[in-house]
Amino acid sequence: MTKKDKYQKVAYYPGCALEGTGHSYNRSTKAVGKALGLDLVEVENWNCCGAMEVKNVDPKLQTYLSSRVMSTAANEMDMDVVMAPCNGCYHNLKKAEYDLKHDPESVEVVSKLSQKAGHKTYEAGQVETIHALDWIKDTVGEEGLKERVKNSLNGIKVANYYGCMYTRPRHIFPEKDQGPGSESTSKPHFMDDLLAAAGAENVEFPLKTACCGGAHTLSDSDTSTKLVLNILKAAKLAGADVIATECPTCHSGLEMHQIRAEKVLGETVDIKILYFTQLLGVALGLKPRKVGVHENVSDSRGFLKERGLA
Amino acid sequence: MPIHEKSLIRPENLTTHDELVIDGVDVSGHWSTFIESRVVSDYNEKLEDEIAALPGGEQIHRCWQCGSCTNSCTVNAINPDFNPRYWIYLIRMGMESELLRDKDIIWQCVSCNKCTYACPRDVFPEGVMKATSHWLERKGHTEKSPSMHFDEVFTEQVLKTGKIEESRTIRGFFKRTGQSLMQPWMVEMTKRMLRGLPVGLLTRMGLATLVAPKTRDWSAAKAAMQDYIDEQHEKQEQALSS
Ligand code: SF4
Ligand code: SF4
Ligand code: SF4
Ligand code: SF4
Repeated sequence: MTKKDKYQKVAYYPGCALEGTGHSYNRSTKAVGKALGLDLVEVENWNCCGAMEVKNVDPKLQTYLSSRVMSTAANEMDMDVVMAPCNGCYHNLKKAEYDLKHDPESVEVVSKLSQKAGHKTYEAGQVETIHALDWIKDTVGEEGLKERVKNSLNGIKVANYYGCMYTRPRHIFPEKDQGPGSESTSKPHFMDDLLAAAGAENVEFPLKTACCGGAHTLSDSDTSTKLVLNILKAAKLAGADVIATECPTCHSGLEMHQIRAEKVLGETVDIKILYFTQLLGVALGLKPRKVGVHENVSDSRGFLKERGLA
Repeated sequence: MPIHEKSLIRPENLTTHDELVIDGVDVSGHWSTFIESRVVSDYNEKLEDEIAALPGGEQIHRCWQCGSCTNSCTVNAINPDFNPRYWIYLIRMGMESELLRDKDIIWQCVSCNKCTYACPRDVFPEGVMKATSHWLERKGHTEKSPSMHFDEVFTEQVLKTGKIEESRTIRGFFKRTGQSLMQPWMVEMTKRMLRGLPVGLLTRMGLATLVAPKTRDWSAAKAAMQDYIDEQHEKQEQALSS
């Protein structure tokens, strides 16, 4: 089966952040999926993937938590693809997949915990985990998007920000760096490709995979503010109007420290921050409210109106 | 990219005399600079094994000191004292007291995995940083770092309910670290967050903070994980005390 067919209907794993601060990402992902005729079925009774925090307490516990999500999708719902829009979730499911394929100790811990918890043990290879970017890119693709664009993003300059977890560490993403058509871990471009198809102009942005310090966003805020300022300023210098994001944590990190930089360091960088699904949504003719633009902390409503997209 | 390195001569080991005449020659100021020699006599031969016994530290023995980790490191770029390659060197040499000089910054690793990406030897330096900060805390060299508090509050919530409700985690963290939630920038952010929101959504968010989202039938998973955590803790304690 081609990816195009395989990804048409996917198990959707929103993760915790998409039910909280990342709600507008949740909303816009669903709205864009619907507008493109793609099918989402939410993973039943899902749990947190463990994020970085549980990994820090014990990595195998995070492997177990992520494996439970994949086990539900595979064994309870009979799905073979899990789509996660959050970089953290996506990364963790991929990492669990890798560990369960290569590390017998992880397999042992996961099967012991799964048995005790009373559900089927996930086995490597039962599902394929993809990101929201893969989902749209490999089904509708650039050509399909071009045909469906109603409001071109023409004239909007975008810096595409992918953060850390989408490409690092490389070994958990065996499908990346595989030549033409595959994603690159050093210079990712799937978001660039999709937004270009919707008419946007992507600027040359050197900090695509820089880190925003999300790990310590509250516990070491000064470091995070400095790192975010670098990102905001680099995007501005590159001539961007908007930073497009594809992760709730990266997105709220940028929004939060944009304000913190203003309040604590007195440095204001005027740049809009929008989820790529919000940009795609308005390009497909959806109302900004439909894709949750009013829920973002950084206010882009005026900007979209100005550019004739609202 | 520049190679960032650490000066091996510490300022406190440099001595000069403002006024000094030796054999009739005036060597005041810089002319009398001495570097005090430093003798290392406090090797801890178990250091590497102890770090390797904690999650993330397993591959430390593979390091061949190329420096790619430090060269690519996010935190090193804003604080040159943050030097993963150097710490790995000290750990492998057993130079504990030298490592302890940097004990208060090692936890600041942001887990960006740039080092892991760059490392030619699959050492997983990010993991080594985590193992080292755990080691520092478990051995009583440092207090629990704010980041460790956050990890614990978060993990407790996942164990309890299966899911994270962010505002609860944030409040728990601020409480445990004794900080006020009313920091001006937080207040400003909340204001801006509420600005565009319709009443229905606000109610939904309010409800989520009162009634935490939960994974159903979670108690067996919770008990299994708690047992596992206790077992691991026990094992690690043994490795650290042998
Ligand atoms: S990465 Fe974040 S959002 Fe995704 S499940 Fe884990 S905690 Fe929840
Ligand atoms: S960019 Fe920030 S939020 Fe995104 S993955 Fe990296 S640290 Fe996490
Ligand atoms: S990059 Fe790897 S091998 Fe090189 S110094 Fe760092 S840990 Fe050692
Ligand atoms: S993971 Fe930590 S040590 Fe590695 S590059 Fe990032 S900040 Fe530096």
